[in-house]
Amino acid sequence: MRLHEYQAKRVFAKAGIPTPAAELARTVDEAVAAADDIGYPVAIKAQVHVGGRGKAGGIKLVDNAEEAREAADEILGMDLKGYHVDKVLVEEAVDFANELYVGVTMDRGVGRPVAMVSTRGGVNIEEVAEEDPDAIAREHVDPAFGMHDFQARKVVYDAGIRREVASDVASILTTLYDLWEERDGSDIEINPLMVTEDDEVIAADAVFNIDGDALFRQSDLAEMEDEAAEDELEAKANDYGFDYVRLDGNVGIIGNGAGLVMTTLDLVDHYGGSPANFLDVGGGAKADRISNALDMVFSDENVDAVVFNIFGGITRGDEVATGINSALEQFDEIPKPVIVRLAGTKAEEGMEILNTDLVQVEGTLEDAVQAAVAAAEEVQA
Amino acid sequence: MSVLVDEDTRVVVQGITGGEGKFHTEQMLDYGTNVVAGAVPDRGGQEVAGVPVYDTVSRAVREENADASVVFVPPAFAADALFEALDAPLDLVVAITEGIPTQDMSRVYRRLQETHTYLVGPNCPGVITPGEAKLGILPGNIFSSGSVGLISRSGTLTYQIVDNLTKRDVGQSTAIGIGGDPIIGTDFIEALELFEADPETEAVVMCGEIGGEDEENAAEYIDAHMDTPVVGFIAGRTAPPGKRMGHAGAIVSGSGTGTAESKINALEGAGVPVGDTPEEVADRVADLL
Repeated sequence: MRLHEYQAKRVFAKAGIPTPAAELARTVDEAVAAADDIGYPVAIKAQVHVGGRGKAGGIKLVDNAEEAREAADEILGMDLKGYHVDKVLVEEAVDFANELYVGVTMDRGVGRPVAMVSTRGGVNIEEVAEEDPDAIAREHVDPAFGMHDFQARKVVYDAGIRREVASDVASILTTLYDLWEERDGSDIEINPLMVTEDDEVIAADAVFNIDGDALFRQSDLAEMEDEAAEDELEAKANDYGFDYVRLDGNVGIIGNGAGLVMTTLDLVDHYGGSPANFLDVGGGAKADRISNALDMVFSDENVDAVVFNIFGGITRGDEVATGINSALEQFDEIPKPVIVRLAGTKAEEGMEILNTDLVQVEGTLEDAVQAAVAAAEEVQA
Repeated sequence: MSVLVDEDTRVVVQGITGGEGKFHTEQMLDYGTNVVAGAVPDRGGQEVAGVPVYDTVSRAVREENADASVVFVPPAFAADALFEALDAPLDLVVAITEGIPTQDMSRVYRRLQETHTYLVGPNCPGVITPGEAKLGILPGNIFSSGSVGLISRSGTLTYQIVDNLTKRDVGQSTAIGIGGDPIIGTDFIEALELFEADPETEAVVMCGEIGGEDEENAAEYIDAHMDTPVVGFIAGRTAPPGKRMGHAGAIVSGSGTGTAESKINALEGAGVPVGDTPEEVADRVADLL
């Protein structure tokens, strides 16, 4: 779960990290009033979950009320990489001498948190990591102890931070680590952490992503969730509780278990088709869930044919077959051809239940995928 | 022969009184697994499917000589259950639970390094030695006894590949579902080491997926240390960057790490043939035997 910049900054500020004066605005008038209040120049920043907002036109620096109105009018309501902007952060523009990067994340390769500091702030840190990995100093933290003070100093000096600001940066890093740990962060970062001419250090941006699996014990953060889905279908999938990713092909895919669904996508591609989505109904899906999954995929207008592949472990073939029947029996005419392959637990019972007037049945995964690719091609032809 | 589990493995089920714990205990018993105890706080003295329940894992170990556990404890309490299992101590802990907070797993993983226990999972289907014992939720009927070891990050994909193998009369020595989370106990390398040391495993199938660098590291290990031939499969070739494909660990990051291409190249570079389809994996394995 991702916090917006303004939400993360409130959490950071409360923990004692210096942040610029700022106000949230949902209308153009609110934005201008906030800008007048803060004093120019200010930055007007779109609050959406998109990286590279500046380059995409979601951040504007303005010097007076007229410019503020123009910028707010442009940004509010804009479509930023597929996300609708409905609020902006109006923020004091900080005059900086240089920009740093500080952050903490989980290094899954070693199973431990890693603190990172770099003097190459203000740019995409993933690009820095790729082009010049030595430009980022890293320090792994033993989760049994948390980050020792010396480790914060070590990584700050290793990054080449000047002595004049080193202790402030180390202290901010320590605060970030503690927040990350206490609040079940997955990633926390300040990029850029600005250093002024007077050697003051201030967080000009803020990223705080929370482990979705830990939200049960971070209820106040869970309430801040404002995860706009990228499109209607993804929103619908959230409502149904499916793992769903929309792609741009025309073969709809439904299956159980992430690895097997991914494999089904790959096979569609392998046999010359193009997958329209990833949809995992999860383990032990009952008939109504199966029926919801078909509804999801049918409502994607790009889909020309559907492959339904279930290998039952805890999912039962009879439940799946009942769900498919009930989803399809409500149509006078089946909207899109459905190819079904059932294997594993209660697959034989499922095959007996399945109304084969409504679906095409295949015995193997490979055959089912090829049939779906062929059916989708036929619709296109 | 087999690795990790056999007919002598004495199993304690943590969370045996819950719905899943009870159901799968019955399934494990039906398969012939030697389930000797359950462990659930404050439920000592009860019985589930004829199996005695103890309040603590250490008591189950003391009274019933349990040497392995299967964990069905809900995510909020799972880390504590894993610490308890590691403390007992046990030779093997299989964590089925899905959705354990990553920082909890980081602490468990840290503790694991101080023990000699194998932790399999979490978020995994379990471990099975066909014809002897299964610890977890794998459907026993699709497996057949034989000489191919199997390691997989995904549950149902394991079943798919096993089905392809069994249909070609290729039996399995042991199958290990290592789990799809970002932090897991036994990884590909440790599982490969076990199979390499097992004289009766003649080939190994390794099913990876996008995300992380475990498959790349495994490829290096295979190249340097393995005589037993390995066949690979990688799921997620068509996955777009930045989108999580179901498993918490299955994501290609924005900077391009964790791609299927990188994993396939690493494996092929280590002399491991990688099948394009599950059927092709079974073909390659059959060729080796």
